[in-house]
Amino acid sequence: MLHIYCPHCDEHREEEEFRPKGEAHIARPTEPEKTSDEDWGNYLFFRKNPRGLHHEQWFHAAGCRKFFNVTRDTVTYEILETYKVGQQPAVTAESRKRQASDQGAAK
Amino acid sequence: MSQRNRLGAGGRIDRKRPLRFTFNGVSYQGYAGDTLASALMANGVDVLNRSFKYARPRGLVTAGADEPNAIVQLGASEAGQVPNVRATQQALYEGLVAKSTNGWPNVDRDLMGVIGKLGGQFMPPGFYYKTFMSPASAWPKYEQYIRKAAGLGRSPIENDPDIYDHMNHHCDVLVVGAGPAGLAAALAAGRSGARVIVCDEQEEMGGSLLDSREQIDGKPATEWVAAVLAELAALPDVLVLPRTTANGYHDHNFVTLHQRRTEHLADVAPAADGRRQVRARMHKVRAGRVVLATGTHERPLVYARNDVPGNLVAGAVSTYIRRFGVIPGQRLVLSTSNDHAYRAALDWHDAGREVVAIVDARERPDGDLVAAARSRNIRIITGSAVIEALGKKRVSAAIVGAIDIDGFSVKGSTQELACDTIASSGGYSPVVHLAAHTGRRPVWREDILGFVSGGVPGQIPAGGVAGRWSLADALGDGFESGARAAAEAGLSTRSFTPPTVAPVREGKPVALYQVPHTKPTMRAPKQFVDQQNDVTAAGIELATREGFESIEHVKRYTGLGFGTDQGKLGNINGMAIAARVTGQTIPDTGTTVFRPNYTPITFGAIAGRHCDEFFDPRRYTALQGWHVERGAKFEEVGQWMRPWYFPQGKESMHDAVQRECSAVRERVGILDASTLGKIEIQGKDAREFLNRLYTNAWTKLEPGKCRYGLMCKDDGMVMDDGVTACLAENHFHMTTTTGGAAGVLDWMELWHQTEWPELEVYFNSTTDHWAAMTITGPNARKLLAELTDIDMSNEAFAYMDCREAKVAGVPARIFRISFTGELSFEVNVQANYAMHVWKALFEQGDKHGLTPYGTETMHVLRAEKGFIIIGQETDGSVTPEDLGMQWCVGYKKPYSWIGRRALSRPDTKRSDRKQLVGLKPLDPQLVLQEGAQIVLEKEIRIPMPMVGHVTSSYFSPTLGHGFALALLKGGSQRIGQTVFLPMADGKVHAAEVVSPVFYDPQGARQHV
Repeated sequence: MLHIYCPHCDEHREEEEFRPKGEAHIARPTEPEKTSDEDWGNYLFFRKNPRGLHHEQWFHAAGCRKFFNVTRDTVTYEILETYKVGQQPAVTAESRKRQASDQGAAK
Repeated sequence: MSQRNRLGAGGRIDRKRPLRFTFNGVSYQGYAGDTLASALMANGVDVLNRSFKYARPRGLVTAGADEPNAIVQLGASEAGQVPNVRATQQALYEGLVAKSTNGWPNVDRDLMGVIGKLGGQFMPPGFYYKTFMSPASAWPKYEQYIRKAAGLGRSPIENDPDIYDHMNHHCDVLVVGAGPAGLAAALAAGRSGARVIVCDEQEEMGGSLLDSREQIDGKPATEWVAAVLAELAALPDVLVLPRTTANGYHDHNFVTLHQRRTEHLADVAPAADGRRQVRARMHKVRAGRVVLATGTHERPLVYARNDVPGNLVAGAVSTYIRRFGVIPGQRLVLSTSNDHAYRAALDWHDAGREVVAIVDARERPDGDLVAAARSRNIRIITGSAVIEALGKKRVSAAIVGAIDIDGFSVKGSTQELACDTIASSGGYSPVVHLAAHTGRRPVWREDILGFVSGGVPGQIPAGGVAGRWSLADALGDGFESGARAAAEAGLSTRSFTPPTVAPVREGKPVALYQVPHTKPTMRAPKQFVDQQNDVTAAGIELATREGFESIEHVKRYTGLGFGTDQGKLGNINGMAIAARVTGQTIPDTGTTVFRPNYTPITFGAIAGRHCDEFFDPRRYTALQGWHVERGAKFEEVGQWMRPWYFPQGKESMHDAVQRECSAVRERVGILDASTLGKIEIQGKDAREFLNRLYTNAWTKLEPGKCRYGLMCKDDGMVMDDGVTACLAENHFHMTTTTGGAAGVLDWMELWHQTEWPELEVYFNSTTDHWAAMTITGPNARKLLAELTDIDMSNEAFAYMDCREAKVAGVPARIFRISFTGELSFEVNVQANYAMHVWKALFEQGDKHGLTPYGTETMHVLRAEKGFIIIGQETDGSVTPEDLGMQWCVGYKKPYSWIGRRALSRPDTKRSDRKQLVGLKPLDPQLVLQEGAQIVLEKEIRIPMPMVGHVTSSYFSPTLGHGFALALLKGGSQRIGQTVFLPMADGKVHAAEVVSPVFYDPQGARQHV
């Protein structure tokens, strides 16, 4: 059972209060009728399934009823950050790589 | 029978409190403080079980959770039966009744044992797969016999009389295990003021200290235990949980603890102070830090016939002698790879019995315990090991030989030592199960010859589990870990001095797992690795030879570490053998994954209070009492209980539904529709929001009007439907399906919060606020007019109008909408007024023929009209056009509403999609089966194209024949054709494809 920090309630709550809603940052194309069938299909059906960092959307269904985003490691289940809809993640696969290479250089 | 193996003095039992108990029908006596295992040992009962696969006689091997053989069925009564209890973990109580789990007709004379003997050669791993492969059709028959031959305990067939519950906790520090490291950690953390929970699975806290030869601060270790427990009990924020197993370790330091509260008292929880007691409790703990102080399990050596009763692990011998005052036999041979196991021989000797020899695999053992053995003139045979045990139902001798460990061979001749007990020790395995439950692989440490935790965030291993094995190290590590855990939770600990312990010098152990035999492994007598699952060294060799080289495959092929055992005793030995055979190291071979639960727990504890009516919350409408009084039969709709039909007298369901249908069509009926989802929508952009959410247009809906709407997902598939009323320019009352209410509200929140935050609109669920009653039928208006204060005429209150009015004197929202095709009014009143209004309607209703009806009649009536039910006519792959509901799709709306774009994808435009049609069986009395598949030809062949299925099917009293709705490929082009429905019994039904609207296709009746 995950222990999830709700950025709206400002506290850790039990997973059973939340519902996972899949990959985060999937924007609906702004002009659907001008979007090709292929692009619309990608928007509807294609999702990432990474081993490692994943940005995903959660819903505090039995709490404040706000949607927010979580950066979670799909291997360790570690939650690295949670942030509000509209914000960008601070921890990304790229930032992790940069961090690793910086540490490598420092050594 | 006297307790012939009971020692005259010593142990933590109370000789003044004898207890009677029964094992396999024989009555015995033990003492308070005994486990079932120690009491059986005291009475000289050697054979406690038959083994799982080979039905070999088996006795005690350990004194704790790692016991593989002494697994019993517990319970004096049928309802009190508990399967798969380890006798080593069951406290003795007066009147305890236990039976062996396996053995037929009994453990002493077991007929399956004959097969077991044959099995010596004939039951290799994969025996069942290989032998019973063909013919496949005969498998069910084979299975009957195989199931009888193997298996663990049985569940009770009567209801459990006990109660169970769950508790949630948050703590700063959870300490798992109350041995030296755990107690020290709990003390250090507790003194800092941290919220501490400490749990231990045993009857008594103290772990290894309960049978230790060592002293703490110059006093017996048990005195230190008592002092620590007293201090912990006095600390206000420390919760001490005895008889509590941490059985599962989940993400983010969520640990489930299983507390057995009355299992040491009786097989059914006795009352306390006149109240029922909770028998077992699941504690769900979210811990800031977890100090893992689970200690070690001793590894037995793997030698030939090491499963004959009388073969124990060395530490268990000490536990039985020192803690329970009971000794396993008369004459002991100890086979060891390390110093620590010498304790068994010292305790045996000091109890006044004969130690035949200590057989040490090392050439030159030289620690303090070795010196102690020498000073007692105990014979020590070095560079050797017990290679085989003799005896059938009890050890009669040990065959000892000099061994070459690196060359895996026996050197020179062997000797036979007469004895009745063989204790063995191949070293100590840290109990890393709880460090592995979340998926971290344990890491091998060559210096301690064991796997340790791979590192779990927030978890601090302390003492034995971290490879710190001496008492002084374990205590010191415990204090340090407890203080660190508290500090990480933000609390500081005052400085303290760990107690003093005289150091014990131990020599270096040697890595020995499987002991070589004079014969090669495949031909030597069975060398058991996992006794619970009957896995032998030869079995593992065979598995690797047959290509199962990964340890995960070896596990599945042989059963190593399966089931309730979870690899406690045999895993490392099994891996070592696989590593030897494949020429790898142990770390290269790796471990399998340990899974929850650590030891079995009862379903009662898992269920807690969530049984019977508490299994899932049940929702009732405000009119439930009336329905019950009226004798309604109920159906579950999601969590709701809804009246299904209202039988009169001994009326059948069919007759009741026919009567209710006719009442609605001819007079007036009333339905409790309170379960419909209701969402209040307000805000200046509410109308725009509805335009984007629904497939149809809402721009022109005036206050006082209702409209039916369809909702799609963005893939264009119908997800919900319902009527929404405009109460004021910025104010709407939405209804959803009963099952979809919560999901629709989530859906609206999702779009509002993530895509359209600029829209000013607010939602609130009002499902429980409003009770709704549907009054429908030709007399509906006449009835309602008697109770309202508004003009009910067709001109003043037209079809699809909504009005706020008083009904029976209370405020109501009335919607003139129809799900039956008849003149209908849906009256919504505040839920607490509902019973008053409902009764008032019935007071006036008699003269109009008012009849209550349930969901079944509702279904028949709506299906006659071709009205869909979400989840019945739809399944997430059906578009509005598939349902023939183009009239409800606003292609011209400016905003590309949810689902709009997907409806022009090539797949949703196909003409051969499944479409909604009506089916009229050629036999008018026939009611087709819902879910039946549709084909186009009468002659059935397999395979043949299936072109659709029946979604709803009923008998209509109004039409006088059976009818159905169906989804049929290209259905709208097939009206008039005959289709066929092959049934499981071989019959083939025929039906005509017709319009889905069977009754009043013009819709005249609802407009009157």
